[in-house]
Amino acid sequence: MNDVSAHLNETPAKPDPLWKRWAKAALLLRESRVGMVGAGIVVIFVLLAIFAPVVAPYDPNLPILPMAYPGTAAPDGGIFLLGTDHLGRDILSRIIWGGQRVLFYATLATCSAYVVGIVMGLVAGYFKGWVDEALSFVANVILSFPIMVLYVLIIAKFGASGLNIVFAVVFASSPGIMRIVRGVTLDIATRDYIAAAQTRGESPWYIMLVEILPNAKGPLIVDFCLRMGYTTITIGALGFLGLGLPPPDPDWGGMITDTRAFVTGGFPHMAIMPACAVSLLVLGFNLLADGLREVSLRD
Amino acid sequence: MSENADTPVLEIADLRLSYYTRAGEIPAVMDFSLTIGKGESVGLVGESGCGKSTVANGIMRYMGKNGDIVGGTIKFQGRDMAEMSEEEVRRMRGKDIAMIYQEPMAALNPALSIGEQLCEVTIVHEAASEAEANARALEMLDSVDIPDPQRLMDSYPHQISGGQQQRVVIAMALLSKPALLLLDEPTTALDVTVEAGIVELIAELSRKYETSLLYISHNLGLMLEVCDRICVMYSGEVVEEGHIDSIFEWPKHPYTHGLFGCIPLPHADKNARPLCAIPGQLPLPHERPEGCYFGPRCSFFEAGRCDRDLIPIEEVFTDDDPGHRVRCLRWNEIEPGDAVPKTDSRDAIEVGDIVLEIDGMRKYYEVRDTSLAAMISGKGVTHVKANEAISFSAGEGETVAIVGESGCGKSTFAKVLMGLEEATEGEIRLGDTNIANLPVRERTQEQLRSLQMVFQNPNDTLNPSLTVGDQISRVIKRFGIESDPAKIQDRVFALLDTVKLPREFARRKPRQLSGGQKQRIGIARAFAGEPKTVIADEPISALDVSVAAAVTELLMDIQREFKTTLLFISHDLSAVRYLADRVVVMYLGQIMERGFTNDVFAPPYHPYTEALLSAVPIADPKVEKRRIVLEGSLPSALNPPKGCPFATRCPRKIGDICDNEVPPEQNASARHAIACHIPMAELSEVAPVISLAEEVPA
Repeated sequence: MNDVSAHLNETPAKPDPLWKRWAKAALLLRESRVGMVGAGIVVIFVLLAIFAPVVAPYDPNLPILPMAYPGTAAPDGGIFLLGTDHLGRDILSRIIWGGQRVLFYATLATCSAYVVGIVMGLVAGYFKGWVDEALSFVANVILSFPIMVLYVLIIAKFGASGLNIVFAVVFASSPGIMRIVRGVTLDIATRDYIAAAQTRGESPWYIMLVEILPNAKGPLIVDFCLRMGYTTITIGALGFLGLGLPPPDPDWGGMITDTRAFVTGGFPHMAIMPACAVSLLVLGFNLLADGLREVSLRD
Repeated sequence: MSENADTPVLEIADLRLSYYTRAGEIPAVMDFSLTIGKGESVGLVGESGCGKSTVANGIMRYMGKNGDIVGGTIKFQGRDMAEMSEEEVRRMRGKDIAMIYQEPMAALNPALSIGEQLCEVTIVHEAASEAEANARALEMLDSVDIPDPQRLMDSYPHQISGGQQQRVVIAMALLSKPALLLLDEPTTALDVTVEAGIVELIAELSRKYETSLLYISHNLGLMLEVCDRICVMYSGEVVEEGHIDSIFEWPKHPYTHGLFGCIPLPHADKNARPLCAIPGQLPLPHERPEGCYFGPRCSFFEAGRCDRDLIPIEEVFTDDDPGHRVRCLRWNEIEPGDAVPKTDSRDAIEVGDIVLEIDGMRKYYEVRDTSLAAMISGKGVTHVKANEAISFSAGEGETVAIVGESGCGKSTFAKVLMGLEEATEGEIRLGDTNIANLPVRERTQEQLRSLQMVFQNPNDTLNPSLTVGDQISRVIKRFGIESDPAKIQDRVFALLDTVKLPREFARRKPRQLSGGQKQRIGIARAFAGEPKTVIADEPISALDVSVAAAVTELLMDIQREFKTTLLFISHDLSAVRYLADRVVVMYLGQIMERGFTNDVFAPPYHPYTEALLSAVPIADPKVEKRRIVLEGSLPSALNPPKGCPFATRCPRKIGDICDNEVPPEQNASARHAIACHIPMAELSEVAPVISLAEEVPA
C-alpha cells in the first residue's frame, strides 16, 4: 500500500469472477453459529426438494397401508419412518414432495413480490412528491387490512391454484417491501454519487436500478429470508383453510387439515409431522436472516 | 482525593492500546507516554487514523467492546487507573475527567432540556440539591458567554445553534470542576467564526479553573492558540513532543516538517512556492514497516539504518526547551532548510475569455405554512432566500473561489449551476446559452459535459457498489469521448495516471480506498468528460492536511493541463488564498465582497471578510492577528435582516441604515467590489488583520 508509485502503470490482473466474490461473501456467514444452523436447515429442505424423485421412498399419492405409526414396517420391506396417513400414504414422501411445492411457490411468490415492491419503492423514493404520496397511500391501505382475511378473500374470489397464491402473496407483501426500498432510496438519493449521475444526464431508470438498487441489497437480503419464512407460513395456513394448492398432490397445510380429526383419536403423528416440517423450515429461514443481519452488522 | 501540587494530573507511561477485529489484533497505539501537569494544556496533533482519539478513549478507560488496554500504565493524580474498580472509574468519568466530543448535537440528549442535562451533573456527582444545581448551571452558562442563560435552560438542544450547543457541552464538562478535560476535535464541526469564539473560551476557562487540557486536533493553527505543549502523533506513536514554540520554531522530525509544508500559510503562493504534500499515506496498523514507521514516506530515509529496529524517542538538547523529544535517528543531521523539499515554481495559468457568467441570479425556496392561522392571515407562502442577486464571471483557466460559512448559500448556488435546481430569477450564461432555468434533464450533452463537479464528502462521492473503473468509464461512454471498449479502458488508465493512482485501482471498490484516494477518483471522474468548467464543492475539507495538500496540488495540475475553469467552493480561507485567482465572499445568500484574491485579503475589507480572516487559525507563530470575535449566530434564512444581512453581527455597524437598507456595491478598485454602507475611504483605513511580526513573540 505504501509504495504506490512502484506499480503505478502496471496493467491490473483479472478480478475474481462474480460467483467467487459471492461465495466469499457467503462464507462470512460462518461467523454466525445461528446463521449456519439456519442455512443448514434451509439447504437440507432445498436439497430434499430438488432430489424429491430420488429421495422420497414412496409415491406420495399411493395408498399403501392406512394408519401406520412411525417406524412401522412397510409391506415391501422398507420402513414408514414417519408413518402413514388415514389413506395409507407415506407421510415422509408426502412431506418431501410437499416441501418441493412449498419452496417452489414460496420462492416464486416472494421473488415476484420483490419485483413489484422494489419498483414501487424505487419510484416512490426517487421521484417523491405526489407519486410517493399516491403509492404510499395504496400501500398503507393494503397494509391496514388483516393479511389473512386478505388472502382468504383473494383466493376465495379467484379460486385455489398455485398462481393465485403467488398473486395473493405479491398483493399482500409488496407494500411492505416497498416501504423498505422507499426508505433506503430516500436516503441514497441524497448521496453525492446520485448527483454525479444526474449531472451527466443519466435516465431516472438507470439511476434507480444501477446506482441505487445495488446499495440497498443489504437490508433486502435479510428481509428476503424473513419473508420466505412468512410466505411458507402463509402457504401452509392457506392449505389448512382448504385454499391451498389443489389436492391430491401433497401440501403441508392440506395434510394437517385432512388428518386433524385423527389427532385426538390416537394418531397425532399424521398432523404433527407436516406441522413440524412447516415450523422447521420457517425457523431455518428466520435463523438465516438473523445470522445474515449479525454478520452484516459486524466490521 | 489527596492532591499534591507536584503530582502531575495525568501520567501515561508506555501505553499500548489495541482493537480486535476480523483481521486480528490491530495495535492502534504503541508505547505512548505523556505527562500533563496541573493547569497545563497539551495538544495532540496527527492525521486521522494515527490513534489520537483512541488515546482519549484509553484515558477514559472506555475502549468499547472490541478494544483493550494491552500494556502500560495511566496514572491519574498519582493513582494507577488499572487498580481502580469499575465503579470508581465510572464515578470519575464526568467528574474528575470530562470529555468534549466533536459533534455537540450527538453529545446532548435531544429529549431533555438543557437545564435538566446540566443539573444532572452536579446532582449525580455531588448530590447537590435541585436549587443548588440550578444555580450552578446558570452560573456556568454565564461563564461560557451564553446570553440569557435562564431562557436557554428551558430550551432543547435542537433549538439552539451549533456554536451554542458546543458552549453548553463545555459548560456541562466544567460543571463538576474536572481536573482534566479531554477535547476531541471540539471545533471541527463548527464554522470558523464560531470556532474562533469557542477556542478563545476554552483557553480562557482552562486558565480560570486551572483545568488541565488534552486538546486533540488535526489543526496545527488551533494548537498555537490553545496549547502550551504539543505531541505530534504518527501511526500510533508520538514522533515529536515539546513546547509549542520550540516545535513551531525548530521542528526536528521529518513528519512534523512535512505537516508544516502542507499548510497553506499566508505567504504561500501557488505558482512560486507550491505546497509540498507528504508522499504516500499512513500505513495501516498491521502493515507498519520495520524500524521507523514514517520511513517509506520520509525523504531522509536511510536504508539499513532507519528500517532496522524500533526507533526510541530521545531528548533534543536545547537550552530553551528541556522537554523537546523526537523519535528520529537522523534528527541532528537534518538541516532546517532541507527539511521540506523544494518544489519547483510554476508559471501562472493565463486567464482566457469568459466562459461562465452569472448575472443577478436569485434562488428562492418556497416554504408553505399549512397551519390554519397562516391561511387566515394569508401568509401561507414564505420564501427562503438561498441566493440573492449573485453576479460574477469566470474566465478560461481561472480559479474563482466562493467563500462563506455554512448556510451562506454556496451549495445552493452549485446546485443551480449544475441544473439540479432552477434559478428563480437572473441568468447563468455558459458560452452563449442561458442555463439558469434549464434543469439537468433538458440540458444537451455538450452542456452537461462542459460543466462537471467534484463533491465534498469522499465517502459519498463514489457509488460503493460499482468498481472505480466502471464509474470512470461510464462518464467516458456517456459523453461519447470514446466508444471502443479497449480505448475506454486506456482512457480510464490514463486518468488514473493523471490523478497519480495505480491502474490496479480500476478494479477496486470504493471501500478499499482511503479518503484521499476516493477524492482523487472523484476528480478523475469529473475530468473524464474533459469539462470546460469544474465546480469543486469543498473538495478538501474532509481530508487530512497532508492529503488535502496533495489533492489541492493535483487539482491545480489537472486544471493547468486542461485549462479548466475552476469554481472552488470553500469555507477555508487559507486554501482559498492559496489557490484562487479571484474570490467571492458570501454571507446569508448574498455577495459581500468580490475581487482579486490579493485585493480581498488586504484592506479595504468588508467587515465580514475582516472577521473571517481573523478567525482562521494560522500555524505560524510569526504571524500576528487582530482578534475579532463575532457575536451571536447566523440569522435564519427564512427571516433575514431587512437591510444588510450581516448587520446583526457586524462589529462596525454604523447605525439604522445597516438594518434598514440593502447596502450598495461600492468599487474599491477595478473588479473589487464591497457591499457595505461604510464609505470606502473609511474602509480603506482599516489596518490589515494579519501581519508578519518582526520579532517572534515569546
